[in-house]
Amino acid sequence: MFDYETLKLIWWCLIGFLFIGFAITDGMDMGVGGLLPFVAKKDDESRVVINTVGAHWDGNQVWFITAGASLFAAWPLVYATAFSGFYFAMMLTLFSLFLRPLAFDYRSKIESLKWRTNWDKALFVGSMVPPLVFGVAFGNLLQGVSFGFDELMRVTYTGSFFALFTPFTLLAGVVSVAMMLMHGSTWLVMRTDADVAKRSANIGRVVAVILALCFALAGVMVWQSIDGYLVVSTIDTMGQAQPTMKEVTTGAGAWLTNYNASPLLWLVPAIGLLAPLLVAFLLGLKNKSTSVKVTAFVGSSVSIMSIILTAGIAMFPFVMPSSSQPNHSLLMWDTVSSEGTLGLMFIVVAVFIPVIIGYTLWCYKKMWRTVTIAEIEQNKHSAY
Amino acid sequence: MINETLVELSRWQFAVTALFHFLFVPLTLGLTWILFIMESVYVMTGREIYRDMTKFWGKLFGINFAIGVATGLTMEFEFGTNWSYYSHYVGDVFGAPLAIEGLMAFFLESTFVGMFFLGWDRLSKRQHLMGTLLMALGTNFSALWILIANGWMQNPIGSEFNYLTMRMELVSFSEIIFNPVAQVKFIHTVAAGYVAGAMFVLSISSYYLLKGRDVAFAKRSFSVAAGFGLAAIFSVILLGDESGYEVGEVQRVKLAAIEAEYHTEPAPAAFTLVGLPDDEAMETHYAVKIPYALGIIATRSLDEEVIGLRDLQSEHEPRIRNGMIAYEYLVKLRNGEETPENLAKFDETKHDLGYGLLLKRYTDNVVDATEAQIQMAVKDSTPPVAPVFWAFRLMVASGFIMLLLFCLAFYFNARRVIEEKRWLLKAIFLALPLPWIAIETGWFVAEFGRQPWAISEVLPTFMSTSNLAVSDVLFSLVAFIVVYSILFVIEMYLMIKFARLGPSALHTGRYHFEQAPASTSGLRSQNS
Repeated sequence: MFDYETLKLIWWCLIGFLFIGFAITDGMDMGVGGLLPFVAKKDDESRVVINTVGAHWDGNQVWFITAGASLFAAWPLVYATAFSGFYFAMMLTLFSLFLRPLAFDYRSKIESLKWRTNWDKALFVGSMVPPLVFGVAFGNLLQGVSFGFDELMRVTYTGSFFALFTPFTLLAGVVSVAMMLMHGSTWLVMRTDADVAKRSANIGRVVAVILALCFALAGVMVWQSIDGYLVVSTIDTMGQAQPTMKEVTTGAGAWLTNYNASPLLWLVPAIGLLAPLLVAFLLGLKNKSTSVKVTAFVGSSVSIMSIILTAGIAMFPFVMPSSSQPNHSLLMWDTVSSEGTLGLMFIVVAVFIPVIIGYTLWCYKKMWRTVTIAEIEQNKHSAY
Repeated sequence: MINETLVELSRWQFAVTALFHFLFVPLTLGLTWILFIMESVYVMTGREIYRDMTKFWGKLFGINFAIGVATGLTMEFEFGTNWSYYSHYVGDVFGAPLAIEGLMAFFLESTFVGMFFLGWDRLSKRQHLMGTLLMALGTNFSALWILIANGWMQNPIGSEFNYLTMRMELVSFSEIIFNPVAQVKFIHTVAAGYVAGAMFVLSISSYYLLKGRDVAFAKRSFSVAAGFGLAAIFSVILLGDESGYEVGEVQRVKLAAIEAEYHTEPAPAAFTLVGLPDDEAMETHYAVKIPYALGIIATRSLDEEVIGLRDLQSEHEPRIRNGMIAYEYLVKLRNGEETPENLAKFDETKHDLGYGLLLKRYTDNVVDATEAQIQMAVKDSTPPVAPVFWAFRLMVASGFIMLLLFCLAFYFNARRVIEEKRWLLKAIFLALPLPWIAIETGWFVAEFGRQPWAISEVLPTFMSTSNLAVSDVLFSLVAFIVVYSILFVIEMYLMIKFARLGPSALHTGRYHFEQAPASTSGLRSQNS
């Protein structure tokens, strides 16, 4: 079908696709969860906010699970190295993610205000901690992570949990959280009315501008103060997964190599910078027609995609550079599964993703409406 | 060297998180079909009581489902966080079914579960029913793929070790899908889930019947559960028995451990009903035996032997010695000495590489193992017998009690006299924990009985962990226990509250607590 080299490239695209899919779908309801305390002032309003994503958050979360499982199948070394290396960060993510399913399903089952506000807090934590951690983790990938392999390919991580936090990685965390909040706000503008929609637009505007600024600042840091990585030996792109056989150097500005080699790529970060500003502008309009609201949501999705791609392209072909043993860095060429597994999994993804997108869109279409307080009042025993 | 404490803690954490997750999964597996049956009757007959049944049992299903989703997240990532060498060593094979599970099962289940709860007014009757069906299929596909993955751990066919990448790699995916161990496991496990779902509905319906509340509702629910459960319990017992233990070395060892059979007996072997297994002496004391039974159950024949643990261990000894040779050549090959001779030697012995790795517990170099160390590795090559032996008996006993209860429930229900049999209703209500006892002990037999292997004959459990500090894993293990306990209390609080409330929770105005507002107004205003 395809040769090994092509399959490796396809899988770099597919992993990117799955993570972007996660950020756009689950990121939306995480943003909604993060906005909840700020856009809803009373219980009915909280229920309006929650019910815009009530039927979809679980399906959206599967993008996260599938992205993780696909790492396992396609880049097992990344799955093994990243999750054990970022051990406490992963635990923090998991424990906060536990709160979401319960908050969605249990919150409105009991009519006590205390019960409900506690679950709202849980939903906020469950929705904001994971994107923060993912952002910080991504920042760490750009900086390099201290790990290396022994002769039997057992990985050892030599950093500490607190070493994960540097000004740059925290900035990456802010970018990530801002993306989700902006995305959630454009969703709420489309799906709610009255005060909730107004507050969402106001917050969304501010967050989108913050996002653009932080993204630009992160760009400057990558250019000026963050050492990038570069493979200096020849890479056997058809070769087997042996990530300890190459030579890697580090240097300031090395992450811009790909952009300088193909200047057309600069379009991606440019869109990543301009799209949030467009979203801010659209959310600021006084009278928003349906097409304005939809454009804002699409603009927000494009922002997320471009920002994630910007980092991905900068690092290509690196996936997880090692700061302590740069020669052990994981590349999308040498961290992969065997040709047979990549081929098999490509077919599986190619068959199932269109089907998944099809029925997911059908469900969104069926559930599409402006969620109002009146509707919540009417269905107060069955709605979330 | 191997840090034994790290290994122990990692195993404990996996066991705690998996067993906890597995409290909720089986109920989901069974309830989705029960909901589909109830809703189908509603769509075909148009009778509202069946819609109410779907919605009410669906409410309880939702309370269970949410915590199942939450705890499932752990399982998806725990291989990477705590078993990173495992993830590297077998990810090429084991990762694929997990990713397919996500794509084929989780998306389907999770997308349509939202339609199930919130789509009643927005979908046509048939569309909603179709959604329920897709949700049920999703949960069951999930079981299929995870058990294909697990089946491969028990009987790792369709794959080969690659010394260049230092891992197992996929050779034939169809062999992995049609792994006989996986097939038997799938049927046994989903059927056990159906039993859990049926027992749940049966027990809670019995409670309403005993209380004389919402009798029409309870009787219909009881009927659905009795029929579905009877079919399911027969499947569990007949299709999931020891016939799956014929294939694969680890399964043979497990079978011998389950039966505490230290000595190979002449065929057909006797079944040890109870006894006191003694691993030191390698004897079972005070054994009470049923002649011929084991041979017939396990081999489905009168002339095949069930090999005992002593003989299995002595089969393992030469394989450990052979594994030392494999390891020696592996190291040479990885050091770049890829001569045809070394390659040939390694290919000759590599099927025993895993046995060689058993020595890693005692000596890092493997090749310099002493005779005493080899003997210790031989001892390690089979699991401790007593825990497996007793867990299995607990599982089987629970299964047979449930078989009896389902038979009686079905019989008296068919004769329409179930309400008069209060003793039976009480027994069924008290039997509610049985499916969970059976399921958790069943998991234990399958996974503890697999020891010392993470992947049968390929990778020992003690080598599979991440290189974490003991304090890291201790901290996360304690955190899991604390947080899961809190989640469990919350879940049980809601479950018991709504189970007691019954269909009145739907606020249709047709059920018990809504008929007598004076005494129950408090309940009504507090619950949605």
